[in-house]
Amino acid sequence: MGYFAQAQPLPLAKERAVTYIFSQVSQMRELISANNLHKSFAGLHAVKGVTLQVNSGEVVGFLGPNGAGKTTTMRMLTGFLDPSEGSVLLDGFSLADDPLAAQKTFGYLPEGAPAYPEMTVRDYLQFIARARGIPRREIAGKIGEVAGRMHLRGVLDQVIETLSKGFKRRVGIAQAIIHDPPILIMDEPTDGLDPNQKHEVRELIRAMGSTKAIVLSTHILEEVEAVCTRAVVIASGRVVFDGTPEEFELLAPASVTRNRMDYVFRQLTATAAEVTL
Amino acid sequence: MSPWQVIFRREFRAYFATPLAAVFLVVFLFMSGVFSFSMGGLFERGQADLRSFFQFVPWLFLFLAPALSMRLWAEERRLGTIEVLTTLPIPLWHAVVGKFLAAWFFSLVALALTAPLWITVSWLGDPDQGVIVAGYIGSAMVAGIFLAIGGFVSALTKNQVIAFVVTIVACFLVLLSGFPLVLNFFRDWMSLGAVEAIASVSVLTHFNSLMRGVVELRDVVYFASGICALMVATTFVVDWRKSA
Repeated sequence: MGYFAQAQPLPLAKERAVTYIFSQVSQMRELISANNLHKSFAGLHAVKGVTLQVNSGEVVGFLGPNGAGKTTTMRMLTGFLDPSEGSVLLDGFSLADDPLAAQKTFGYLPEGAPAYPEMTVRDYLQFIARARGIPRREIAGKIGEVAGRMHLRGVLDQVIETLSKGFKRRVGIAQAIIHDPPILIMDEPTDGLDPNQKHEVRELIRAMGSTKAIVLSTHILEEVEAVCTRAVVIASGRVVFDGTPEEFELLAPASVTRNRMDYVFRQLTATAAEVTL
Repeated sequence: MSPWQVIFRREFRAYFATPLAAVFLVVFLFMSGVFSFSMGGLFERGQADLRSFFQFVPWLFLFLAPALSMRLWAEERRLGTIEVLTTLPIPLWHAVVGKFLAAWFFSLVALALTAPLWITVSWLGDPDQGVIVAGYIGSAMVAGIFLAIGGFVSALTKNQVIAFVVTIVACFLVLLSGFPLVLNFFRDWMSLGAVEAIASVSVLTHFNSLMRGVVELRDVVYFASGICALMVATTFVVDWRKSA
């Protein structure tokens, strides 16, 4: 195998003990630590000092108007973009100093769920699994597992370009979770899904959220309420709110009785836009 | 499997997932036949060698290698899959080398399919096998340097047509840099040393010495170092422009 170090199997009793200790420790483990991230593109200061700490067991909903810097921030969390300033630690590994170790800790669903259109779903997942260093004998099992979870069994041998938008999105999520990473970063995971599929993906995220640190971006405020333990609102490149969905809703005055989250969202993002003008 | 092998496998199979592989192989074999027999006069020369085939190989690859290399990075950028690829825990140079080797290996397959020509001349006469082997080595080297140039250009754009055209122009200049056509352009305003340096990177000069059957270290070093330098440059360009 050479390149990827492989863990030796532990005796069963010991393995259980280790798993138990890990599960206890993981409850307070800080998995994502982004400090004062800035990003400038030729003349445009897109992200202006985003700081974000995410522990295991947290599902963070990343909210903000289009162009607020959500995707840019997520790209900096995964190392696709290098921040102009600031640093990212993923499960203790510095993305700048030890990118390979840091990139092993997460699964990533980029915006638009890109995948190679000419490949079958099975080949694509196999490619990702191999590239992530999953041992050869475990790959078929892992593919079966994620295909079951994402309801992809029926299309495993179909070419990706022939799939519907919903299936493509699920292939993107399957690709991100195949190695069971402690960190999941997903840019609009439910975009393009029908209400049933949305519900299923939310259930899945909620189930995984108890052990992982998950960051997902969305436009749908109800989604934050449904799956997230924490909401982070970003507007014009700055974090303007960081708290639980309940706290977020409570920012609306009592006189607002309907669409309270929408109201708060508009207030927060409108004021931020005015400040920068 | 090492990461570069994982990338190599995917890329090599990707050629066969579209009609590109079939079109490439058919065009390559058809054109090499046309050139060797009609223009090169394989039979009329009455010589048992493959000179009439090899002399056209650089010109064939000039147009066909860019067709293989144009998609390497431009397509990743257009599809957005570069975001998946570059956030996988693999060193970027593994991806660059894996992609290049996939394209190169494909061109070696195309060259191997010209073996019937070799078998024919061996059957009809008694060719100098060493010269033919050297000619194949030279052909593989030319394909390698063109594909390395193509991969580099492909990393600069997300438009495959631009990658194709720019690669042809770049390969043409490198191919002929030892010839008056290119050198006269530089001669007026560059020092003699600089002009000689440009002349020494001519692919055709090095290919011709290989085609004569002389495998010189100088020529092999030339091709190998050129390919390596382009791999390094491509790695930097991909990293620099991956999100652009």
